Amino acid sequence: MQFFLEVLIGGLLAGVMYSLVALGFVLIYKASGVFNFAQGAMVFFAALTFVGLQEKFGLPFGVTLALSLAAMVVLGVLTERIVLRPLVNQPQITLFMATIGLTFFIEGLAQLIWGTEVRRLDLGIQDEPIEALMERFNILVSRFDVAAALVAGVLVAVLAVFFNKTRIGRALRAVADDHQAAMAVGIPLKQIWAIVWSVAGFVALVAGLLWGARNGVQFALTFVALKALPVLILGGFESILGAIVGGLIIGASEKLAEVYLGPMIGGGIEGWFAYIMALLFLLVRPEGLFGEKHIDRV
Amino acid sequence: MLYREAGQFRTSYEADQQIFPIRQDRIAFALLMAVAVVGVPLFASDYWLTAILIPFLVFALASLGLNILTGYAGQLSLGTAAFMAVGAFAAYNFQLRVPGIPILVSFLLGGASAALVGVAFGLPSLRIKGFYLAVATLAAQFFVPWLLVKVGWFSNYSASGVITAQKIEILGFVFDSPVRRYLLVLAIVALLALAAKNLVRSRIGRAWMAVRDMDVAAEVIGIRIMRTKLIAFAVSSFYCGVAGALYAFAYLGSVEPDAFNLDLSFRILFMVIIGGVGSILGSFLGAAFITLLPILLEVLLHGGAGLLGLNLSPGTPSMMQLVVFGGLIIFFLIVEPHGLARLWQIAKEKLRLWPFPY
Repeated sequence: MQFFLEVLIGGLLAGVMYSLVALGFVLIYKASGVFNFAQGAMVFFAALTFVGLQEKFGLPFGVTLALSLAAMVVLGVLTERIVLRPLVNQPQITLFMATIGLTFFIEGLAQLIWGTEVRRLDLGIQDEPIEALMERFNILVSRFDVAAALVAGVLVAVLAVFFNKTRIGRALRAVADDHQAAMAVGIPLKQIWAIVWSVAGFVALVAGLLWGARNGVQFALTFVALKALPVLILGGFESILGAIVGGLIIGASEKLAEVYLGPMIGGGIEGWFAYIMALLFLLVRPEGLFGEKHIDRV
Repeated sequence: MLYREAGQFRTSYEADQQIFPIRQDRIAFALLMAVAVVGVPLFASDYWLTAILIPFLVFALASLGLNILTGYAGQLSLGTAAFMAVGAFAAYNFQLRVPGIPILVSFLLGGASAALVGVAFGLPSLRIKGFYLAVATLAAQFFVPWLLVKVGWFSNYSASGVITAQKIEILGFVFDSPVRRYLLVLAIVALLALAAKNLVRSRIGRAWMAVRDMDVAAEVIGIRIMRTKLIAFAVSSFYCGVAGALYAFAYLGSVEPDAFNLDLSFRILFMVIIGGVGSILGSFLGAAFITLLPILLEVLLHGGAGLLGLNLSPGTPSMMQLVVFGGLIIFFLIVEPHGLARLWQIAKEKLRLWPFPY
């Protein structure tokens, strides 16, 4: 039982990290209807920029963070300008393919600028069990995982306030509901898109720092984004709540399956288990847990 | 002047339905085939054959398969490499376990096995669309290679996971030199391309396009969606499976799961996008483009670095390649969403009026 709890908690905390990446996808999808395959590349770019700046200039943490954020904003604005604006009114699948191109572009650019070697990122949080929990309940829970979950929680809370209480947030939601109606009441669509991509860049930066501190900043970071896709399917593309719940479900079930099911069928099932689960889930509920149901008309 | 169809009348249904209705096209195509069959083996070096022409033909076949699914039936797939892997491993196992089976038959059976797997992963397409489906096909991309590695039977319990492909031998004739393998691949690809060309203008091909353009409307006019989509998955995966078998047997010479990774899937998707979505010719143009581009970039980069006296770090060319690939994809999607095939068409229209446009 203890072991089960340990695995479950570890899985849930890992799931929070998945949600963090999935959140970036949801933000952009909600506001522009673009399924941004490049989110993973943005996570990679953000982490690499942060580490690169830190290495090169040795500035304090806050300054480096601000500089990386600025880089992400520039990236977001340029993406909107160069890639999305000419493709307005194209079918969604075209936009999706454009973001696949963007993925390759960003991955190549990041490594051209900062080099290809694996880098260590230290956020000052140890990846070791919390003693209090270990003594009282005899459960091993990593301090780092808890800290990451806390950061994710704060981020979601901030985003929720931003979306629901601020003027820009309301404009974002209006755009998400209906581009044309939003434009008709005077919401500047282009500006809003630039903001959304910048916010997604910010989320990517947070995700990149946490994942980078955990696994090292390297090309493999882009695969984390692929892990976030089943989370999205499960939760539904349009829902922030869905991204969180989906992440928790995927994280927990993936770890449990690896531990309990894995030995039976030869291990290494983490790579695809989430996908197969999402696939089976889609057969039952094609729009995901919290997604909007689409009605097709001729 | 040269390219004008004036005076060419079609007086029978056969004449009206032929693939190249214009005489100049027929001549050009015959010339192209003559060059491919006679000219290339005479003059091409082994490097050209093994490093460029054979992979080009194999990739063209694979992107033909993906184009049937994505371009004609409108179902985006990111699992192409997985279906290729199924084809390669199935062909290997048929060769290994069925005594005396002709290699062409095991290629076909490899394609058929891939078709079965394709249908299995195509089943969700009945309920989901667009990028939900794209993500679902990623499941194939991660699941299939894992299965091929984990179940030792597929690789005949090879310790390293890399197995040498069997010799290609047809009726006692061994295809061992690059020229022979090239000719074999050329023959298979040409036949399958002909079949594909006819398939997409048949009843089922038109049904695919109707489903692509709007599936609800297609259903209303009496097209059976389920059958149509699943046939598209089966045919597409068959092509990918045969391409995978050729990739392993005629190009790599070994069968290994690592060769069929996500990167290959993306590369084939890029061929389809750049070549032209929904075009048979486009698959070939795209494959040629993507096969030649890295070589061209390499030459340019090294030439440029040599001229400027720069010192390139070893990773730079491959990174440049990523940047250029990504940039080109975006460029094509914005400027010419129908790809190189459409550019060729525009060139032909211009050529009809040349040299005296109105």
